[in-house]
Amino acid sequence: MDPSVGDLNSPHSMGTTIIGVTYNGGVVLGADSRTSTGVYVANRASDKITQLTDNVYVCRSGSAADSQIVSDYVRYFLHQHTIQLGEPATVKVAANLVRLLSYNNKSMLQTGLIIGGWDKYEGGKIYGVPLGGTILEQPFAIGGSGSTYLYGFFDQEWKEGMTKDEAEKLVVKAVSLAIARDGASGGVVRTVIINSDGVTRNFYPGDSLPLWHEELEPQNSLLDILSSSSSEPMVS
Amino acid sequence: LNSKFEMAKVEADVPPKGGFSFDLCRRNDMLSKKGVKPPSYLKTGTTIVGLIFQDGVILGADTRATEGPIVADKNCEKIHYMAPNIYCCGAGTAADTEAVTDTISSQLKLHRYHTGRESRVVTALTLLKSHLFRYQGHVSAALVLGGVDGTGPHLHTIYPHGSTDTLPFATMGSGSLAAMAVFESKYHEGLSGQKEYLRNHLLPNPRTYVSSKGYSFTKKTEVLLTKITPLKELVDVIEGGDAMEE
Repeated sequence: MDPSVGDLNSPHSMGTTIIGVTYNGGVVLGADSRTSTGVYVANRASDKITQLTDNVYVCRSGSAADSQIVSDYVRYFLHQHTIQLGEPATVKVAANLVRLLSYNNKSMLQTGLIIGGWDKYEGGKIYGVPLGGTILEQPFAIGGSGSTYLYGFFDQEWKEGMTKDEAEKLVVKAVSLAIARDGASGGVVRTVIINSDGVTRNFYPGDSLPLWHEELEPQNSLLDILSSSSSEPMVS
Repeated sequence: LNSKFEMAKVEADVPPKGGFSFDLCRRNDMLSKKGVKPPSYLKTGTTIVGLIFQDGVILGADTRATEGPIVADKNCEKIHYMAPNIYCCGAGTAADTEAVTDTISSQLKLHRYHTGRESRVVTALTLLKSHLFRYQGHVSAALVLGGVDGTGPHLHTIYPHGSTDTLPFATMGSGSLAAMAVFESKYHEGLSGQKEYLRNHLLPNPRTYVSSKGYSFTKKTEVLLTKITPLKELVDVIEGGDAMEE
């Protein structure tokens, strides 16, 4: 039948751009908000950063159903673990629970996850658990279809020991770059900052994000852009 | 040939384990190779919508059920009862939406007896999502679940693979793109009353095509009877007679 109807039977997946970044004192998690079934955007304002415990959050990508179910199971196991342990779970335990589910069910699951949080033993930590169930502790992690456009960007822009504001600005800039280039990412940018003080959720609507390159208004002459004094000529 | 017969016999002696029975698959394969087409599913080509407004949730659905190109049911019920305060619209294979909503509705009732409280929408959501995920998308049911409980009004969409979204307004089914266009242009928070959205829900679609030749029979058709006899008159009903005895 016509392609638009066929899409509605496609599996519900999150094209996505997800990012997790450590800074001096905590972590910043960021994600776009587009969930697509084929080429139809099923949810333009989804929340891909899901809470596992008070101090650990996970960014979800890949199949929407698989990532939701894995987060639900891990939240349940972590809740039991916290009760048995008598203190908040560590980010390492949360990440390893995700890894065990992903690895042991690798033939049935199709989901890439970034776990980030803060605990009193190790401070802010980011763990990446891509397809297949590897676990990698990293100072920053990127995932989802939009992440392919960000490897070069992070190689250049990443610094150790950033402040909280620097880290969040970096995350927002990165997600908006990916949204500009990846058709499967879009909507708004959501960020979650986790540190010893607690958790802060932020929301950047699409129209407040910087524009990039061809998204600018057409100019009479390229010389007008190049001669402007700002260090980032392509930002409107 | 004889050995095949014996094999079939041995398989039948194994006690049934539950789950899907593959016994007829070989026969279905053989029939389809001979050109016998399997019956098509009763699939509802559907538009189902839901929206949260000032005082609660409104759910809406069309009433056409199709079997391929034929309209199988002109007036079917796509808004299914889940609990006194929760209803669920279903798109996809009609049998699947009926079965899954019935099953979860009875599970919710047992849960109400068990807890002594009214059901919550998130409970229905979790039961539906776990069921659909377990069947990995083979239960072709796309649902719009809405209701009001102690925590407020809720609206969720559930996809056949088991993923869910929580939204202020939602559409599903083949007509969802058109319905979403209406919602995106006109929805705003705190919608009052119902006037803006209930449109033409009392009248069915008017018959837009009228044949120019008219609907009377061609002249060569032999007319046997023009008198219509109501069936009741042919039967004598004796009231107040003796009860039948063995």
